[in-house]
Amino acid sequence: MKLILSTAAALALMTGAAFAASHAQTVRMGTEGAYPPYNFIDDSGEVAGFERELGDELCARAELTCEWVTNDWDSIIPNLVSGNYDTIIAGMSITDEREEVIDFTQNYYPPTASAYVAASDSVDVMSGVVAAQTATIQAGHVAESGATLVEYATPEETVAAVRNGEADAVFADYDYLKPIVDASGGELTFVGDEVPLGGGIGLGLRESDTELKDKFDAAITSMKEDGTLNTMLKKWFGEETQTY
Amino acid sequence: MLSCTDPQSLEGLSWLACYLTTGKHMAFYTSFGTVLILIAVTAPVSLAFGFFGAMAARGPVPVRWLGQGYIAIVRGVPDIVFFLFFVIALDQAFEYARHKVLCPDWDQPVRQGNDFIVCAAAKLPLGTAPQWLHEVYGFALAVITFAIVFGAFAANVLYGAMRAVPRAQMETAEAYGMSPRQTFWRILVPQMWVYALPGLSNLWMVLIKATPLLFLLGIEDIVYWARDLGGTKTPQFTEYPHGDWRMWYFLALLVFYLALTRVSEIVLGRLMQRLTLGQATSGGEAQRKVAA
Repeated sequence: MKLILSTAAALALMTGAAFAASHAQTVRMGTEGAYPPYNFIDDSGEVAGFERELGDELCARAELTCEWVTNDWDSIIPNLVSGNYDTIIAGMSITDEREEVIDFTQNYYPPTASAYVAASDSVDVMSGVVAAQTATIQAGHVAESGATLVEYATPEETVAAVRNGEADAVFADYDYLKPIVDASGGELTFVGDEVPLGGGIGLGLRESDTELKDKFDAAITSMKEDGTLNTMLKKWFGEETQTY
Repeated sequence: MLSCTDPQSLEGLSWLACYLTTGKHMAFYTSFGTVLILIAVTAPVSLAFGFFGAMAARGPVPVRWLGQGYIAIVRGVPDIVFFLFFVIALDQAFEYARHKVLCPDWDQPVRQGNDFIVCAAAKLPLGTAPQWLHEVYGFALAVITFAIVFGAFAANVLYGAMRAVPRAQMETAEAYGMSPRQTFWRILVPQMWVYALPGLSNLWMVLIKATPLLFLLGIEDIVYWARDLGGTKTPQFTEYPHGDWRMWYFLALLVFYLALTRVSEIVLGRLMQRLTLGQATSGGEAQRKVAA
C-alpha cells in the first residue's frame, strides 16, 4: 500500500512538472548526421557542423529550447509530417516537389552549386553511370540528363561507388564533395561544369506550423542582416563561398 | 596514462587506442547492448503473440478468423512495409486515441493536408519530454512491431506444433475425464514444444539478423554506427581522419553476428535435448534406449 501511494505521489509530481514545463516547448531539430560540412556526427558522438551551429544560433535568437535528433534520409519527411520532430535542418534544398508536402523557411544557404566528381578527367557525365543519393535534387537532375543513374541511401556510398568503379562519377553538392576531393590526394577530380540547382537550402517545417516558421524566418533575417550568417558560411565552406 | 588531446602526434597503437575510445565509439559499443536488449525483449513478447495467435487459430469460428487472419496477413506483408509505415501508423493511432480523450474541445481537424496534428497534451512522448524518453518510446514501438511480425510466424509454427502432438495423447486425457482446458494445458502444451522448437529456432536466427531494420525506426543500432564510423573521414571534420574503413567495421559485425548465432545454436541444441526427454518422438525414443 505504501508503495502504491508513493508511486501515485511520484506520478502526480511528474505530471505537475510536465505541465509546468509545457510553457517552454522543446523544438526537436531533425537532421541526417551524415553530410559534412552541413551536418555530421563528431568524434564525441554529437551532431556537429554548419547546421548545428546555425540551428543553435537560430534557436537562441528565437528564444526556443532545441534538441537534436538524427533520422534516416529516406524517411526524414514522413517523420516530420507525423510529428516525430518539428524541423528538418539537413541540407535540404527547397524544391517545388517538396513544397507540396512541407513548408520551407527562407533559405539560409544560397542556391547550391552541384558538381560531378570522377576518378579521371575523361569521364563523360552526360552518358556514363552517375551515382547520387536517393531522393535528392541531384538524383532528379541525373535522371533527366541522359546519364544512367545509380542511387544510394547515403552520401558516403555515392562516393565509394566512384572509388570502387561501380559508377563513373558522383553528382552531389559542391560543398560536400570539396573536402573529399581535397583529401583524396589526386585520386578524385571535379569534372564537367558546376550546375546550380534548387532554391537554396532552408529549414523544412510542417505546413501547419506557421508560428514556428515565422520565428525561424525572423531569426534567419536577423542573422543575414548583421552578417553573422556570412561569417558562419565562410567558416564552414571557405572564403570563396557564396554569401548574402 | 595515454593523452588523447592531440591525436595527430600519435602513432600506431596509441593512436588506435585513442581512436577506439572516442565518444562516438562508445556510442557504437553501447548500441551492441541496445541490439541484445531488443532481441531479449522481443523474443518472449513475440512468442506470447504467437501463442495467442495459435490458440485463436484453433478456437471457435469468430476467434479462429481473427487468429488465421492475423497469421495470413502479417506473414504476407513485406517486413519493410511494416517497418516503414506501420510504425508511423501505430504511433499516430496512439496519439489519436489520446487526443480524443485528453482534448475533447479541440476544434481543428487532426489531418491538415499532409500533416498529422494532435493537441500538445496528446503527443507521445510529450514535446517537453527529455530525449531519452523519446528513445525509450521509439524502442518500445520497435519491440511491438517486431513482436507483431515475428509473432505471426511463431503463431504458424505453434499452430503446426499443436497439431503434431499425437491424437492418442489427447484421447487418453479425455478418457481420464479431463476438461478441454485441462487437456490443453496439461497434455498439449507441455508436449508441443519439441515439435515447435526447430521452427522457433529458425525464427530466433532470423530475428537476430533482422535487427538492422532498427535504424528505419530511428534507433541507432550497430549497423548505423558501423556505417557512420567506417565512412571516409576528412581532416576538417575529425581529429582522426581515415579512408573508407567500412569493411573492417562490417567485419567486426560479422564476427559479432556469427558469435551470436553460434551461441544460440549451442543453447538451442541443449534445449532440444532437454525437451526431447521422455517424449513420444524418435529423438525421445533414442534417449530412452541410451539410458536403458
